[in-house]
Amino acid sequence: MPSTYTLIKGETLASSAASYTFSAIPSTFTDLVLRVSGRFDISNNGGRLRFNGDSSALYSWNRVTAISIAEASNNTTYGSPYDTFVYFPGVNSSTTTADTFSNNEMYLPNYTASAHKPVMLNNVMEQNTTSAGITMLAGLYRSTTAISSIALTSDGGGNWVSGSSFYLYGVKNS
Amino acid sequence: MPAGVTYEPIATTTLSTGASTITFSSIPSTYTDIRLVFALNTSSNNRAAYLRLNADTGTNYSQTFLSGDGTDALSSRYSNATVFYFTDGGQSSTVPTFCTLDIFSYAGSTNKTALQTVSGDKNGSGWVYRVVGLYRSTSAITQILITTLNADTFNAGTTATLYGIKNA
Repeated sequence: MPSTYTLIKGETLASSAASYTFSAIPSTFTDLVLRVSGRFDISNNGGRLRFNGDSSALYSWNRVTAISIAEASNNTTYGSPYDTFVYFPGVNSSTTTADTFSNNEMYLPNYTASAHKPVMLNNVMEQNTTSAGITMLAGLYRSTTAISSIALTSDGGGNWVSGSSFYLYGVKNS
Repeated sequence: MPAGVTYEPIATTTLSTGASTITFSSIPSTYTDIRLVFALNTSSNNRAAYLRLNADTGTNYSQTFLSGDGTDALSSRYSNATVFYFTDGGQSSTVPTFCTLDIFSYAGSTNKTALQTVSGDKNGSGWVYRVVGLYRSTSAITQILITTLNADTFNAGTTATLYGIKNA
């Protein structure tokens, strides 16, 4: 049987950047897996995920988050239809423990199909204190165009700090 | 960390016509873990399925759910069940719901733990689920059966893939 799960591109930032983009993604795989270890230079710990440079209202998402605060856990949920991006939560911010980076994974099945694209996110932000959390998100990109680029930015206008890393893998089912 | 040869497709099924079941059988025991990836898209609005291992109809399955629909965050549990359940709450018949199931040490002689994800956003509705499951059997898993509920069928074009993952 053939092996699959191939690294398409990986990079660790040598200097801060407002965005990171995977472009010219080959159409030769079945699914895509994005792994990010990131940190922002502002207090907002949310990011934005966009496909194909598309900023129209074709995105929506639903998330459930468990945040460690005074009590053992606090589960919240929030949904955003007709959005212009898929929310990318759970990135360490400037107010979290220094030298700590988040752990984020996105799975995007059938990214070349001429159908709407469901998205799965599992994001973790730990910092050995309160306000650490885990977020699980279902997203949808209502476009039938094959995905050839993925862009990640801060939701609050900040930058990815130096040391943030971005890895994109392709998965083949045959 | 490219997994390279440690992550391999065992089998994939794409339905040419609607069907009520998808089965992976004769699963080799040569991997450490297995991962099932599929899109749940059914002919009716039920949009739910169940999964059975080794054709075992005993009450050997249990699951604990964490879910959110944008309004309520919920946790629930099934104990002594006869299947693993997959559902996104029956929200739409046009947008596929993305599902995964990881079964760890599937060929071992201890009970089998599983991690299940269901991601079904529907632009204003839908659900996100993360589920931990336990299959109380010490037999190696050699067969996985996915079945729709209530005489429903998976739509043509539905694809399910089983991957094997080696730790060495």
